[in-house]
Amino acid sequence: MNTPPAMLHPELLAPFDLHAITRDGHRLDHAEGASKPLQSCPEPQPLGAKIHGSRPIDQTEAAARFIAAPEHEKMHDERLWDLRQKRDREMHGIAEWEELRALASAIKEHTLTHLDEYLEQFEANARSHGVHVHWARDAAEHNQIVHCILSDHGAKSLIKSKSMLTEECGFRHYMTSVGIEVVETDLGERIQQLDNEDPSHVVVPAVHKLRTDVAEVFAKTIGTDPANSDVHYLAEAQREATRPIILAADAGMTGCNFAVAETGTFVVCTNEGNADLSANVPKLHIASIGIEKIIPRLEHLAVFIRLLSRSALGSPVTQYTSHFRGPRAGDEMHIVLVDNGRSERLGLEEFWTSLKCIRCGACMNTCPVYRRSGGLSYGATYSGPIGLIIDPTFNQRKYSNLPFASTLNGSCSNVCPVEINIHEQIYAWRRVLVERHETPLAKKAAMKAAGELLSRPAAYRAAIAATDVALAHLPRFVIYNGLNAWGRHREVPHPPKETFHSWYQANRGGKP
Amino acid sequence: MSSREDILASIRANLPRVDRPLPAVPLFDDSPPASLLAAFKDSLHSMGGLFLDPPASGDMLAPVREKIAGAKVVCSTVPEIAGNRDIAGVGATQDLADVDFAIVRAAFAVAETGSVLLSDADLHVNAVAYLAQHLIVLLDPADIVVNLHHAYRRPEFRGRHYASFHAGPSATADIEGVLIHGAQGVRSLSVLPLARAADSPAH
Repeated sequence: MNTPPAMLHPELLAPFDLHAITRDGHRLDHAEGASKPLQSCPEPQPLGAKIHGSRPIDQTEAAARFIAAPEHEKMHDERLWDLRQKRDREMHGIAEWEELRALASAIKEHTLTHLDEYLEQFEANARSHGVHVHWARDAAEHNQIVHCILSDHGAKSLIKSKSMLTEECGFRHYMTSVGIEVVETDLGERIQQLDNEDPSHVVVPAVHKLRTDVAEVFAKTIGTDPANSDVHYLAEAQREATRPIILAADAGMTGCNFAVAETGTFVVCTNEGNADLSANVPKLHIASIGIEKIIPRLEHLAVFIRLLSRSALGSPVTQYTSHFRGPRAGDEMHIVLVDNGRSERLGLEEFWTSLKCIRCGACMNTCPVYRRSGGLSYGATYSGPIGLIIDPTFNQRKYSNLPFASTLNGSCSNVCPVEINIHEQIYAWRRVLVERHETPLAKKAAMKAAGELLSRPAAYRAAIAATDVALAHLPRFVIYNGLNAWGRHREVPHPPKETFHSWYQANRGGKP
Repeated sequence: MSSREDILASIRANLPRVDRPLPAVPLFDDSPPASLLAAFKDSLHSMGGLFLDPPASGDMLAPVREKIAGAKVVCSTVPEIAGNRDIAGVGATQDLADVDFAIVRAAFAVAETGSVLLSDADLHVNAVAYLAQHLIVLLDPADIVVNLHHAYRRPEFRGRHYASFHAGPSATADIEGVLIHGAQGVRSLSVLPLARAADSPAH
């Protein structure tokens, strides 16, 4: 890990501490702790966006509270940037990386434009191996179908692995209301469940929490020592607390990363092995699968497995890549194919390629806004760049501010393993939301001014040149004032001596 | 209309009217490593797995016997080494909760990722590979393919109901990125290179 531990656990008594008690020139240490002490007062975890029904989420307000918690913000920023760097290392290790991205994109686009055929093929093949296949139009129907399967088996307890689809469906909330106990078995997701909080990231759900936050949650819920925030201790305590629940569960549930039409196989990738425990220990296994997870053939699976974990965590592969094709002898396997807005999204000319997403989280890890504001600030199931272009399809009013939580730097599109033009779709959503009057007035005025400037090349060039001159000469307080949200906590790069356009004119001649 | 018909109709009504042909996927095997076994070992180590080097004595199973020497419950599904928990007698998966070491044979391995494939035929009871505290995998060095493109041409993916790639032990870094082995599944995974006995062919 890049984060220096001393940052998170400053020694209470530094070597040069003026308050240290000394005798004969030697510092006394008879009562000092030998281990790294907890901070005397751990920084409380900033909470996520405030939700008021369908009223627009104020991401900026929640982000400001995250930034106001410097230890959380710094750890979050560094941890995710570290993942991005590890992703780059893996990418450079594979000569055909860009070819794989292009293949992945092409396979997904082909599949999505023939989705009905491949879904029918997948269903027929899964059924032929004894799998029960169900179809759910929306979240409510998904929850009812699963409830029905569980009731048929008299199941009262369910262990599950992490699934963004079940988050989308409000699945745990529903199950609680009908008296079925659901326990998440992914460590990060379990932390979030015990803290009654949504996951803040699609791959690392509790990445916004410090170890001291986890210690507090576990002390309250699974009875760990509140003063012990050692990560090994916390992880082991969770393992010991969850194992009996896994062994006693009536049913298991997983999500799905890829569903292969030609074999009727669904594939689940995890690092903890918790999906395999959930699927293989109880006699009943239910898998929730979004209809966009389909790929045609096994040969295509290789492309996606090579890209997924490298893009997500910068590891060559997940610890476990499990292929489920049929139930064990005497046991049962069910699949619920869920639409929940996906088929409608397929018809959005500018946005249908967002369905290519394989939920790796690379766009989140690279996004400067996401890294600095935390996933919970988006107040939606999907946060970060991919969230900005998916969330408005669920509720345009509620998520109308989200497409503005971006610098449009394009880094998300550059790292996306399936080549979704994320930043262009973010911009397109701004336009759609402005046209449909879902945008606040201040943003509308800024957009209008920017639009006029950008539509006139000569005016744009003049403005850029003037800005660079101004930046070089303006006093600091003008640049770093309270009105410039992006000037806070960071240094603006030195302005270039000349613009690219004027350099090009002078050095390459040619017509503009 | 049923939900199935409803969803398919909605998809058909919304299909993008663009031509997107299905690309052919190359095998990307132009420059294979000099030794598949050495490449596999490196990849396995980078994923936190252990490669048990064959001892100089030539007693190939010695490293396994050493590992399980202090264990109370050993469940072996391979003929090469005996355990004390008979997998054939396991009625419910919960009966495997106290297994210290499970010993299984991999169907094959992938040099690129350091993965071993364990199928339902190798495991007998799938859960044993996750409920055991430690996992030891026998791998025939002849059963290593270069990359995932070659791996997915193997028959296991068309014949088995369950098959899982393991690349190292259960792991998590969900708290502040600190790496922990043994998050929920096995705490360690060791791979012993050992050719299949002539009378125990691949499934």
